[in-house]
Amino acid sequence: MSVPVLSLQNVIKDYASEAGTFRALHGVSMDVQRGELMSIMGPSGSGKSTLMNVIGCLDSASDGVYRFEGQDTATLGETALAKLRNKGIGFIFQQFNLLPRLTALGNVALPLVYAGFDRKARETRAQELLTSVGLGDKPRSRPSQLSGGQQQRVAVARALANDPDLLLADEPTGALDTKTGAEVLGLFKTLNRERGVTVVLVTHDPEVARATDRVVRIQDGLVFYDGPPTEDALYGHAPEGIA
Amino acid sequence: MISAMLAEAWGALIANRLRSALTMLGMIIGVAAVILMLAIGGGVQKQVADSIAGLGSNMLIVTAGSGRQGGFMGGAGTGATLRLDDADKIARLEHVVAVAPTANIPAQVVAGPANWATTVTGAPPAWFTVQDWRPADGRTFSDMEERAAARVALIGQTVADNLFGANDPMGQSVRIKGTSFTVIGIMSKRGQGFGGMDRDDLIVVPLTTALRQLQGNFFRRSIRSVSVAVDSAENLDSTEEAITQTLRRAHKLDRNAADDFSVTNLTAVTDTLSTTTAAISALLAAIGSISLVVGGIGIMNIMLVSVTERTREIGIRMAIGAPRSAIRLQFLLEALMLSLLGCSIGVGLGTLGATAASGAIGFDTSVTLFAVVVAFAVSASIGIFFGWYPATRAAKLSPIEALRS
Ligand SMILES: Nc1ncnc2c1ncn2[C@@H]1O[C@H](COP(=O)(O)OP(=O)(O)O)[C@@H](O)[C@H]1O
Ligand SMILES: [Mg+2]
Repeated sequence: MSVPVLSLQNVIKDYASEAGTFRALHGVSMDVQRGELMSIMGPSGSGKSTLMNVIGCLDSASDGVYRFEGQDTATLGETALAKLRNKGIGFIFQQFNLLPRLTALGNVALPLVYAGFDRKARETRAQELLTSVGLGDKPRSRPSQLSGGQQQRVAVARALANDPDLLLADEPTGALDTKTGAEVLGLFKTLNRERGVTVVLVTHDPEVARATDRVVRIQDGLVFYDGPPTEDALYGHAPEGIA
Repeated sequence: MISAMLAEAWGALIANRLRSALTMLGMIIGVAAVILMLAIGGGVQKQVADSIAGLGSNMLIVTAGSGRQGGFMGGAGTGATLRLDDADKIARLEHVVAVAPTANIPAQVVAGPANWATTVTGAPPAWFTVQDWRPADGRTFSDMEERAAARVALIGQTVADNLFGANDPMGQSVRIKGTSFTVIGIMSKRGQGFGGMDRDDLIVVPLTTALRQLQGNFFRRSIRSVSVAVDSAENLDSTEEAITQTLRRAHKLDRNAADDFSVTNLTAVTDTLSTTTAAISALLAAIGSISLVVGGIGIMNIMLVSVTERTREIGIRMAIGAPRSAIRLQFLLEALMLSLLGCSIGVGLGTLGATAASGAIGFDTSVTLFAVVVAFAVSASIGIFFGWYPATRAAKLSPIEALRS
């Protein structure tokens, strides 16, 4: 078996606050192979975003080992981590997180700026990406002029800018209505099936998770289900034998 | 990457137009002040240099009376202590090239229906040489006219304007203290002297005529001052000393008595004035520098606010792969752009102000390339210096903390 895109071993995350430390992840272990399309489910406050942030190298684990493509991320410096976020991983947020001042094209081109592409290359590539998410006719629109679904497509295009190995999406359809949510989800499926992009997405919606190949269920910072999208997994009923 | 970041920095400033403008205000005022002050300072220095050149070089001026007689300040030139034969004695000293004794008599001058209060200067023909001042029209009087106490006069431009208006004064007669004089020349324009004194407001007549016709009995043969031309600058000090000794002997002053005359070395005056104007320029520049520093602190302040407000933006940029160096550069560029933009506007306003000041105070001011280059260099340094801390703060944020804000 080839090296997994990501591998977590007993990852722990503690948040320090005045009230003391709060353990959001109690030792999470899992591997994600190249080309997988998987969803993470769990109740609110169970630690899904915490896990995604660690995987996306936006935050670091308090303990345990996180390897990205075999490389222990704890050994990476600031610059290497920035490079990883720029080229290795594409992150999509529930609230889109586009820069309001920039146009759709400008937002998509931003990761290319940090990757050091020249202006011409950036614009060509960003236009291609916008076209591939169905927004080829709106390069000059600002986020405020776009609908939620369109903004999320721009965010997807931005996440894909540097051809990342891993696409992370934290509740990407959470702020969208069912129909546009389904469209964005369709986009992930297409990217996964046609381009072989590895996708990890967090969702509350069983119908979204049903469309993925694998479901990881988290509760109180622990994985208690990891397997195919069965009805029990999707609707959060504890399988036989597990309390 | 730099060009993209410049465009973004510009976008950020434009997005907050009013705030950017207000932030730049400090820089604008500071730079405008420095530019204006350097221009005016330069103008003042040039004015002083020109005034001094107008007085003639290597010159000593001996004035009647002493400015420092115990507690009694008579003021130079008030006493009748200098006489015509004092000038003759000075003329015989070594290194003295020429002497020009002058008597200054305030008088009401009448020409037809017009009259004008001015100062009549009685001087020998050599005075024109010593002063290095020629008539613009007509001629100076001759030695013969001087000996004969001829009633001839040269008038300054101001006097010509006030007595004759548009008419040609040449050959006309003017009455001074009841005596009629013929105008034989009009002096060239000299403009203002120190303290805004009008140097064209005078009438020059032969010294003998002035002493005989215009001075009262008591003051007869007493003169106000003697201009002494010395052969070279090195001999100024020794000649000054020789004049002092000669006059003390002639006036029979005790060893302890104060001089009843004063000798002014114009070179020394020049030095003092240069030092003074340099000090004034330095003071003005210091005030400008303080404004610049205040402007810089304003930039730092607004950049800190900006970093706080845009923490989420910083988080987003980091999430998509901006290294810390790029975040720092972005905010540094914004600070630099603010300061340089402020500087450009300040240079513009300072130049306008200098032009306006030229008109208002009546002498040339010049904005030098040097001043502009210095203004930009200083502004750039201020932008980087005061932008560094906010930019570093932005760069030090952790991606997740920034995103969560
Ligand atoms: N920065 C933080 N500091 C302290 N506690 C936090 C912080 N972020 C999240 N938590 C806590 O960690 C737990 C997991 O949060 P999160 O990962 O956001 O959950 P989810 O995304 O599954 O809703 C929650 O109880 C939350 O209150
Ligand atoms: Mg969450």
